[in-house]
Amino acid sequence: MPDLSRLSPLKPVLPWALLALGVAAPFALSSYDLNLLARFMAMGILALGLVLIWGHGGILSLGQGVFFGLGGYAIALHMKLADLPAGELPDFMVWSGRESLPFWWTPFASPAFTLAAIILLPTLAGALFAWAVFHRRVGGTYFALITQALSLAFATLIISRQDVTGGFNGLTDFYSIFGVGLASPGTGSMLYWITLTILCVAFVALRWLLASRFGILLRAARDGENRVRFLGYNPTPFKVAAFAIAAMLAGIGGALFTLHAGVVSPALIGVVPSIEMVVWVAIGGRYSLAGAIVGALLVNLARDAVSSAFPELWLYLMGALFIFVVTLLPRGLAGIAKGKAA
Amino acid sequence: MSGSAISDLILSVDGVTIDYSGFKALDGFSMTLNRGETRVVIGPNGAGKSTLCDTIIGRVRPSTGRVIFKGEEIHRLPEQAIVARGICRKFQAPGVLPTLSVRDNLALAARRDRRWWKSLGSGIPADERAAVDEALESVGLTHRATVEAGTLAHGEKQWLEIAMVMATGAELLLLDEPTAGMGPAETSRTAELILGLGDTRTVLVIDHDMSFVEQLAAPVTVMHQGKFLKQGSVAEVRADPEVAAVYLGHTA
Ligand SMILES: Nc1ncnc2c1ncn2[C@@H]1O[C@H](COP(=O)(O)OP(=O)(O)OP(=O)(O)O)[C@@H](O)[C@H]1O
Ligand SMILES: [Mg+2]
Repeated sequence: MPDLSRLSPLKPVLPWALLALGVAAPFALSSYDLNLLARFMAMGILALGLVLIWGHGGILSLGQGVFFGLGGYAIALHMKLADLPAGELPDFMVWSGRESLPFWWTPFASPAFTLAAIILLPTLAGALFAWAVFHRRVGGTYFALITQALSLAFATLIISRQDVTGGFNGLTDFYSIFGVGLASPGTGSMLYWITLTILCVAFVALRWLLASRFGILLRAARDGENRVRFLGYNPTPFKVAAFAIAAMLAGIGGALFTLHAGVVSPALIGVVPSIEMVVWVAIGGRYSLAGAIVGALLVNLARDAVSSAFPELWLYLMGALFIFVVTLLPRGLAGIAKGKAA
Repeated sequence: MSGSAISDLILSVDGVTIDYSGFKALDGFSMTLNRGETRVVIGPNGAGKSTLCDTIIGRVRPSTGRVIFKGEEIHRLPEQAIVARGICRKFQAPGVLPTLSVRDNLALAARRDRRWWKSLGSGIPADERAAVDEALESVGLTHRATVEAGTLAHGEKQWLEIAMVMATGAELLLLDEPTAGMGPAETSRTAELILGLGDTRTVLVIDHDMSFVEQLAAPVTVMHQGKFLKQGSVAEVRADPEVAAVYLGHTA
């Protein structure tokens, strides 16, 4: 294992150097590459939430795609409506023979409602779901399976209601966000910086949370849930709160991703993508916030490179990487950087 | 006379049966503890001693009988609510939280306000910090405060766990085999620790080590097959032919 701990004198400077590079990226990258980087950063925001629940809470979720999707569809609904001439319906609704907008679409015409929905919808959905499961003391593998069922159900629901959700093709063809044209010069850089800022804020906030007594208790409950109960704590609200925060980050990541990618669809949020999200974090290092961001960036970069050339190969490669990391590098790349594999 | 006896009563286990699908780990078992007393419970393997602790702390639920703590029925309360009433238990197998530092283990135990939204911060109130420092001092782990609890030696883990139970500030401490795996010197030290708790805490100690029980010089309750068998001083219990018979019956 390469011992990177010898580089430790660089350690205090490294985050600032990376931040400077991140801020300067729009001046150095083509707009295509910048867009790609922004997408990966949006995924990094989701990955931070997985460090909180999986790494520190021991809660493996194979359903983060659901919350990613809630954020993504919330902003997509808004952009669809915003681009629409008054009184008209989105094209796919017309093709499916609908006469009117579903009632739950209408509030998304408001930018304020949409922003609130991007944050609150995944948070509340995550909190309700987690509470329903955790207060019955269901955990571990059962929890992971239930989250997988949730992501399957969510994707299936969207596909089956083609007339109101856009179905398998999802929602696409967006032209503006909050009155700003997506194709106008400078918008790409602006959206990239916004994404970078949110990523940094989420990183700092989670660092604080993990160091607080909340983080200590979360790790304690991961290692000995009953022990924590017999010290007089009810671990359920701690786990529910952590899960809701992770869902919120997934939702924000999903909204930003949709903005950058210009599309949201079941193929991006279903069972397989939800597993991929766990793989990014496993590879980057599930205990490390920085590791998770690096994992999300690197794996998606690799995916982009491999899957355009050999689309069938990617799933196998990812599976192999996952097995390799889980068996040999439980701390992921972050473990190598710290000089310890186990 | 009976009036003062009632006000001194802190715990009453009243006719409790714990049924593991037909097998009665506790079988109509009763005992009482007075405020401030130290009591030792002994009995052969499988007598139901750990099950007694499980019942008091709410890990198992009695099919008949009641557990009354400070005048309140507690045997239907959730575990954390029972702990909040002032009972804490040391498990037979040390259950320290391995990835937390020794100090964080104790800080968790010493915490008075255990609601989740009050945990969003890292400051520790002065009285809790003092309780942690005192607990560290009393078990001699001050110099190990920052190491991960999982890396402690077995005896140190036992002490940490005793210190955690003490740091909760609970009035009733249940110590299940606190000296398991300890050498004679460590065992005496543990006895001193328990004696040092003084009259402010009520302590229920389960142990097999008779020299340890002698050092505690506390009244002894003997259990056998989930039932009450005898009660008396260490000497009385040692001399009792019935007690000798159940132990011999099990060790033979
Ligand atoms: N979960 C369980 N299911 C079935 N039987 C159990 C269970 N827990 C304990 N028992 C049985 O109940 C009996 C009492 O167990 P308990 O652990 O209370 O004994 P103990 O007096 O603490 O013994 P030891 O000295 O070995 O610690 C034993 O026969 C044990 O096998
Ligand atoms: Mg036992």
